[in-house]
Amino acid sequence: MFEGLMLGLSTALSVQNIAMVVAGCLIGTFIGMLPGLGPMSIIAIMIPVAISVGDPAAALIMLAGVYYGAIFGGSTSSILINAPGVAGTVATSFDGYPMARKGLAGKALSIAAISSFCGGTIGVILLFGFAPALASVALLFHSAEYFALMVVGLSAIAAFAGTGKVAKALLMTIVGLMMATVGESALFNAPRFTMGIQDLQSGFSFVTLAMAIFALPEALHMVLDPRRSNRGDSTSGEIKNLMITKHEAKKIAPVIGRQSIQGFLIGVMPGAGATIASFLGYAVERNIAKGEEQEEFGKGSIKGLAAPETANNAACTGSFVPLLTLGIPGSGTTAILLGALIALNVAPGPRLMIDRPEIFWAVIVSMYVGNVVLLILNLPLIPYIAKVLAVPRNYLIPFILFFTLMGSYIGQNNATELLILAGLGVCATIIRFADYPLAPLLIGFILGGMLEDNFARAVNITDGVSFMWQRPGTLILLIVGMGLIFLPAWRRRRAFARERAKARQKGVAEGD
Amino acid sequence: MALDRWIAIIFLLISLVYGYAAFNYPLLPFERNMSFLPNTMPMVLSVLGVIVALVIILSPKAAEDKDGLGEIGLAQIKEFKIAQALGLVGAMVLYALLLRPIGFVSATTLFIVGTSVILGERKFHLLLPIAVVTAGVIWYLVQETLGIFLRPWPAFLS
Repeated sequence: MFEGLMLGLSTALSVQNIAMVVAGCLIGTFIGMLPGLGPMSIIAIMIPVAISVGDPAAALIMLAGVYYGAIFGGSTSSILINAPGVAGTVATSFDGYPMARKGLAGKALSIAAISSFCGGTIGVILLFGFAPALASVALLFHSAEYFALMVVGLSAIAAFAGTGKVAKALLMTIVGLMMATVGESALFNAPRFTMGIQDLQSGFSFVTLAMAIFALPEALHMVLDPRRSNRGDSTSGEIKNLMITKHEAKKIAPVIGRQSIQGFLIGVMPGAGATIASFLGYAVERNIAKGEEQEEFGKGSIKGLAAPETANNAACTGSFVPLLTLGIPGSGTTAILLGALIALNVAPGPRLMIDRPEIFWAVIVSMYVGNVVLLILNLPLIPYIAKVLAVPRNYLIPFILFFTLMGSYIGQNNATELLILAGLGVCATIIRFADYPLAPLLIGFILGGMLEDNFARAVNITDGVSFMWQRPGTLILLIVGMGLIFLPAWRRRRAFARERAKARQKGVAEGD
Repeated sequence: MALDRWIAIIFLLISLVYGYAAFNYPLLPFERNMSFLPNTMPMVLSVLGVIVALVIILSPKAAEDKDGLGEIGLAQIKEFKIAQALGLVGAMVLYALLLRPIGFVSATTLFIVGTSVILGERKFHLLLPIAVVTAGVIWYLVQETLGIFLRPWPAFLS
């Protein structure tokens, strides 16, 4: 293995390949900032460019750079304007955007960059340590386990069920699940609930919904209440707050460690990817955090920002495991990379490591190099990126609106999406004013499709629901999911009871 | 009644309509023998939706939630610039309807200029060039570099 590493290093560190990585990272970052163009689309678009390079190792190295750049670029729009363009960066906006509103945009972007780097690096280390062993374990996961994993992912909504809001968060999740059933799903042949509108046949588009739920209400609120766009204006505090202090670094270090491993393991499973990993990372870290740190989640907690960022980068690295060791693509993006490999005349499969070791190791080392390059390129750019928020309001709001319109349009190339976007945006604004949490809607929507498909498959295979308790993996995951949902409520009740006991001791009357 | 009760009522209606569509879903012949039907999950969801919406409507009024947007009272709403917001939404709808007929570059320029004017921007000498340049750059990026098709000019020009 050591000589493989040396082989990979010597290939990846040649001048041409380093130039490829840098170019890939830059392109990926800038294009990733546009909503609607996620890593999948960008890599698909870059394949002809990569193939024209000729050398498979160089081409793969460039595509890996584009991949990581796109993931980082996606977090940028999520943090700055609450417009997550990629499903994996939705969880980043939960704490990233509040931090930006408080004037800490630079710090938020730095934390995102550093946690992504750590997540990706630890992921790469785990990759070349455990790749073959993990691949065989990943194949043991059936639809039943995937279903249970989706339920655990849904438990992330508990994070939004603050005091008094449990029912509202549940209602939003159910509405999200309902919206996921619109259109044709993988297992059912006829379109469902499309009301005769042909454009709804493939269902609601994720980007349209994300823009309508996150970006539009924010922009419209800035218009309705002009004082809102003046809060968080911090041209003075900007440069000072870029670097994270040692105290903060110590706080997020355990989060990063835990989430890299958790995210990587989730990414290894084919089909579960950065999205689930980021939601689960957020939910788990929130449950583990104690007391006032837990209260900070959702209002600009650095742990809440570091957790999903680390998890989604580690998951992206993990999704390479099935591709490189078994030739099975683990996610949409790796499927496209598989296509690129085939176009470059490389046969992926179990023998890739043995027949073409230089490619195998070059890809792994280039992922690490890509991570480093991304960090070096992006940290200096952060002050300039964060200055986007300082653009005058009369220009910023039209640009945000145009951004959201373009993101939806590019996704489906269909003007009806824009009308849906406007309509849903208005509804989402009204719903937000009524104090309903909107994030569970998106979580329900994203996970609903996968949840139903896997449940349907499992039920049709085992002809009943007994798989939920007969398969040990499913049972364990479901118990974990239930625990994550009910643990916060139970803890809150215990804390409340403790406080009442204390108040009674001091002789304070209850209920005042 | 508070806004959130109204919204819950609307969701109750939506769940009822959804449930009606789910329970009367026309099954294809070969689907009738499957254990998990296309309308199983919709039926479950509609029932859950009705229950949760009723819980929200019938629960006693809880203490006011101070964070987030719950603090907005009726007095503040009167201060809101609703006309501007509606103007922006109208501009978005107009953009959607005009995008195909008049092309990307012209529609985008009109949109950016229009929305800035609604918000109060009057420096046209700055606004027009910025709008045109943005539209042009984005079009170039998307059409030429990325290969996604966007017709730049109205149909009768190209």
